Amino acid sequence: MEQFFQQLTNGLAIGGIYALIALGYTLVYGVLKLINFAHGDLFTIGAFLGLSLLTAFSLTDKLGFAMGVGALVLMVVCLVGIIGILLDQAAYKPLRTSPRLSAVVSALGMSIVFSNAIMLVFGPNPEVYPHGILPSSALNIFGLPFPVKRLMLLLTSLVLMAALYFFIQKTTIGAAIRAAAIDQDAARLMGINVNRVIMLIFFIGPALGGAAGVMVGLYYGQIKWTMGWLYGLKAFTAAILGGIGNIPGAMVGGLLLGVIESLGSAYISMAWKDAITFVVLILILIVRPTGLLGERVAEKI
Amino acid sequence: MSLLKLDGVVKTFGGLTAVDEVSFDVPHGSIFGLIGPNGAGKTTVFNLITGNYKPDRGAVIFNGENITGKITHKIVEKGIARTFQTIRLFQEMSVLENVLAGCHCRMTSGPISAMFRLPKARREERKTLGKALAELRFTGLEAQAENLAKNLSYGNQRLLEIARALATNPQLIILDEPAGGMNEQETAALVELIFQIQKRGVTVLLIEHDMSLVMKACEYLVVIEYGKKIAEGTPDVVKNDPQVIEAYLGSDEDDF
Repeated sequence: MEQFFQQLTNGLAIGGIYALIALGYTLVYGVLKLINFAHGDLFTIGAFLGLSLLTAFSLTDKLGFAMGVGALVLMVVCLVGIIGILLDQAAYKPLRTSPRLSAVVSALGMSIVFSNAIMLVFGPNPEVYPHGILPSSALNIFGLPFPVKRLMLLLTSLVLMAALYFFIQKTTIGAAIRAAAIDQDAARLMGINVNRVIMLIFFIGPALGGAAGVMVGLYYGQIKWTMGWLYGLKAFTAAILGGIGNIPGAMVGGLLLGVIESLGSAYISMAWKDAITFVVLILILIVRPTGLLGERVAEKI
Repeated sequence: MSLLKLDGVVKTFGGLTAVDEVSFDVPHGSIFGLIGPNGAGKTTVFNLITGNYKPDRGAVIFNGENITGKITHKIVEKGIARTFQTIRLFQEMSVLENVLAGCHCRMTSGPISAMFRLPKARREERKTLGKALAELRFTGLEAQAENLAKNLSYGNQRLLEIARALATNPQLIILDEPAGGMNEQETAALVELIFQIQKRGVTVLLIEHDMSLVMKACEYLVVIEYGKKIAEGTPDVVKNDPQVIEAYLGSDEDDF
């Protein structure tokens, strides 16, 4: 029972991370029908920027824990969001009217550029976040220990997801974004500045990915320039699992994938952890290519 | 004084001249009809006005300002809205959200204030919601506000397109076959709605195949065939124009 509880909460925590990254894939896909393969590397950039800013300004020492981490996340979110916009302007915007495959190739190229740039700037060795920033205490829930930092990770991702959901579903700008995702030409004719919508999407998606990067750094401690590849692929799987282009789908898919992976590695084999994820991806593509909640994807990529 | 003026507009697609030296003036506050046989280039004219296509020659003047070849959403901001011949609603969104999407271009608060629910943004959201509901009331779709657009009847989807276009606060609304697929009753209600739109001070430019609607609603008509203007005038004048009769029937006046 205890092992199950620990694995379940662990799965939800990592699932929240997957969900945040998956949202970046799904937002961009929703509006541009493009899989932004460089998204995983934006996540890595978030993790490294977080570490640099944290140590450079010793934020948590100066501002205390809550303010320090808050300021850190805010800075990283803004910076990675801006990098996202620049990425779009440089690599995707010139290809807007080209066949879809060109933009996908450009995305793969940008992924290589980003990951190598990170390696050149921060070095090829793993970096470590300072210890003891997140509290190491544990709550007692029905006699089961529940680490506070795991709860914080889960809550942070849930709050960010809820905020995004609210923004997309309940504001007029959200309605404009969804309108542009459904029919760009009709949206233009209703006075919606589709280019600005795309810019906004390329800010929000990478911003959430960057936040996830900082959270992984703070929670797991170790970050590496190649980490975006695996996290990116898993989040991509999560987006497909929930139905790509569908925002609640990415959230559900991320959390579900985290739990499947966590329980799978506990009860099947730790060594098969990553394989389990990709078996899920293959099964979904065979059995239900639309994802759990989503639109059809098979013919679109 | 004319609100919209087309001056010798030409558009070719490859070797085909879809619109050939078309000029006309749409007066302020009028209901103006653009008619012609299928494939005459009517929708192309609309697309040239709203910036979907750039004319090869000629100018589109709106409110004294040359808007030729401007970006579509800028033209909407200047006050031209339209509906589509084939319905292009945001099908997966609710009726209300469709209209809200139309309201978006008149909003001034940016994404950041919307995200953090700043007071100014909240006030504006409330105002926008009121505006969207008012447009739904105006078109009689109020009761359907929460339904998905795709679940509306065909006639109501056409009305929703009009509500969504009105939400952009246009001075000129362009209706592309608004009565397409409507039954007689719905068409009669539509004519009434068009008069109501005019009463609000919005100029109406419409393409329509239903001649009874055109003759009832329009004050002034322009007829085009093969991309060229062949006649213009009041409905009575146009109806009796031999060239128009031939264009529509391809035969002599005797057969009319």
